[in-house]
Amino acid sequence: MSTELLIALIPALPLAGFLFAVLAGSRLDRVPSHGHDDHGDSHADDHGGHAGHGGDGHDSGETDDSAFRAVPSEEEQALSSPHAGHADDLANSNGADGVIPADMNDGLGQAGHVVEGGPRPSYRSWWVPTALVGIAWAFSMVVFANVVFGGHVYHVSVYEWIVSGDFQIEIAFLVDGLTAALLLVVSTVGLLVHVYSIGYMDGDRGLWRFFAYLNLFMFSMLLLILGDNFLMLYVGWEAVGLCSYALIGFWYKKPSAAGAAKKAFVVNRVGDFGFGLGIMMIWTMLGTLNFEEVFAGIGGLDPTAVTVIALLLFAGAVGKSAQFPLHVWLPDAMEGPTPVSALIHAATMVNAGVYMVARANPIFAESPVAMWVVAGIGVFTAIFAAAIALTQNDIKKVLAYSTVSQLAYMFFALGIGAWVAAIFHLVSHGFFKGLLFMGSGSIIHGASGEQDMRFMGGLRDRMTWTYRTMVVGALALAGIPLFAGFFSKDEILAESFNRGYYLFYAVGVIVAFMTAFYTFRMIFMTFHGAWRGPRDAWHHVHESAPTMVWPLIILAVPTALAGLLLGIPPEGGFIHTWLEEVFHTAEEAGAGILSGSIAAGEHHGFELFGIGGLLLVIGASVGVAGIWLAYRWYVLDPEAPGRFVVRMPFGLGPGMYAASLNKYYVDDLYGLVWARGGVLVGNALWWFDAKVVDGAVNGAGWVAQRFGGLLRRAQTGRVENYGLGMAAGLALVLIAYLVMRP
Amino acid sequence: MGLQGYLLVSAILFGIGAFGFMARRNAILMLISIELMLNAVNLSLVAFNAYGPPGSPAGAIFALLVMAVAAAEATVGLALVIAIIRTRKTAEVDQYADLKE
Repeated sequence: MSTELLIALIPALPLAGFLFAVLAGSRLDRVPSHGHDDHGDSHADDHGGHAGHGGDGHDSGETDDSAFRAVPSEEEQALSSPHAGHADDLANSNGADGVIPADMNDGLGQAGHVVEGGPRPSYRSWWVPTALVGIAWAFSMVVFANVVFGGHVYHVSVYEWIVSGDFQIEIAFLVDGLTAALLLVVSTVGLLVHVYSIGYMDGDRGLWRFFAYLNLFMFSMLLLILGDNFLMLYVGWEAVGLCSYALIGFWYKKPSAAGAAKKAFVVNRVGDFGFGLGIMMIWTMLGTLNFEEVFAGIGGLDPTAVTVIALLLFAGAVGKSAQFPLHVWLPDAMEGPTPVSALIHAATMVNAGVYMVARANPIFAESPVAMWVVAGIGVFTAIFAAAIALTQNDIKKVLAYSTVSQLAYMFFALGIGAWVAAIFHLVSHGFFKGLLFMGSGSIIHGASGEQDMRFMGGLRDRMTWTYRTMVVGALALAGIPLFAGFFSKDEILAESFNRGYYLFYAVGVIVAFMTAFYTFRMIFMTFHGAWRGPRDAWHHVHESAPTMVWPLIILAVPTALAGLLLGIPPEGGFIHTWLEEVFHTAEEAGAGILSGSIAAGEHHGFELFGIGGLLLVIGASVGVAGIWLAYRWYVLDPEAPGRFVVRMPFGLGPGMYAASLNKYYVDDLYGLVWARGGVLVGNALWWFDAKVVDGAVNGAGWVAQRFGGLLRRAQTGRVENYGLGMAAGLALVLIAYLVMRP
Repeated sequence: MGLQGYLLVSAILFGIGAFGFMARRNAILMLISIELMLNAVNLSLVAFNAYGPPGSPAGAIFALLVMAVAAAEATVGLALVIAIIRTRKTAEVDQYADLKE
């Protein structure tokens, strides 16, 4: 088969899987329904006994209950009982009574987890979707190899989609180095998440629905990265948003999940509106949406127009990639099942914004203002989100803010013109964050649906493989040498230093330190120390099913090796040759704010015993320092964080802690301004409608009625009166005729 | 006596008819008043035909037409009036004011 055919088939396969799951899925799965009273454990695959380790070796925090300590109080413990319902799996269990509104609770749980000991469900609906994604993955790898190693660039035209006067859009695919990088991440993580979901979603009545959505997502995401024009990009962009909505709200009976889905959709609309306007503006100015034609013509436009286009496009990226000020949806999106968080909200969809800016690099390169905005928002969001991640207690929230922060790192790199470094970080982040999220799902599964790290601890002994793989992912995220994140993150920092953005560099280093700290805070709180959750839950702690563990192990390989393979030597690794073609023009244009003086390609190469080596050492040491601090505070001396907060100068500590814990009140501010403000505006408009608009309509009727009331008196019912009227009228006409006669 | 004489008679007849239509209360007498007015018009039509430009029978034909219409109108009108007199037991139109307002 020709590579062109393979490319066209790559998005078509998941689409077929989606159609299959929708049409046949519900008929293929046999899921026993069960009664309300049967109040078993949340997980069908719990190996209840698992008698290997005793549930001893831990006692919960009966000592000091400082709010800053990792040990929960009694009330918090009570709140965290597996049926309190803040955990993502729990609404799925029978114990969902407090979670699902009474009028929607049919006693079958959210989507109906099957009770332990009851009849086992039999699933067949995942076979075809997973197999098709597997084939798509294999095709992707062939295409990837051809592009990256063979140096080909493919243009595949499938058919003319829209022909309307001057407006002509083809369904056509463009595969170059940039698309290949995304293809690698999307199809690999996508396939592994499909396999992982088989284990994770086991026992869910909606399994076929889940796989249908996953396949639809894969189709949309592949369309997004493969399309060769802005309209296809936009279609994929909106479709992944739709799938994100559907999957965040997958357990739709849970109000928090339904609300989070709506929030994600609405917040994304804000950015997408700008994105849509940007695309329309491109078409109005250039008369084409084809990437290559647009990029060829962009240089001839008015610089202001280019800046406006770039900023509008970036608005879309800010929404989709959850950058400040539109970052609020991503942490809430963690209400969705964890495989969704791993696939959509960490490894693929949220990268769409980075991909789009990188793809549109010739546009951004023409506009220094837009580059400043991209870099500025990136740097700010990076430190902002990292500072929130420091104090979050929900394991998925930590990872969510980490994702926001790391995506911001990529925008920071894009904004300073370090295009290749940004994509390098995108690839390595896709792998290690996908790994970390799937690991967190495995933890949540093992800990009976618990998501609060304050009620975890000591899982290392029982979840060996989850622990090992997550440590690999954490080391990569923390930027420890030899792991993927080290090379990509260091490259961004080194580029920012080399190009003279010293302030940005300093912030980046601080963020790297914070990243290492919160990552290992998470690792230490979950895997080390003693179990702090309810005692009976400890008996259920177990390693997850093989379908969940194997994807972790497989993902750990690129997480450990991608940096070595792609990033050596630093700032000139293989990824640079691979992506050189894509960013050629942007680099030539000397994009970036100061880099006009330091023309990109010609800045001095990497020297191990020079600036480059020094930057590497700095990058590595902040990572190690962060881990060391997390170890001191969360393993050696759990009292330390509390003392640190109290001892901060000027008594700022508790306030800063509360601000970080409450996400700097951005959600509350938006709630106040947009939600409450929206209600106020709505009320005002309702008043206007009820009083003014309805008043005008009612007033017209009233006037007609009163006028008619006057006229009705003329109707006497007496024939002679009518006759008199007629005679009078006739007389009037006659008189008028006589008078007017010339 | 020329055209004016005929027209004078016609006007007087029409005036009597109009006055009768408005002043009378009896439905039958009102119908008769209407006939008077129609015939006044007929009279003026034939007078104009006789004294007008020769060779044009338009006035006479119109008079014939009015007669036919008057006959039809009288038939229908009388039928209605008789029907209403039968139900209301009175010919006084004052009593027929049910449809006022």
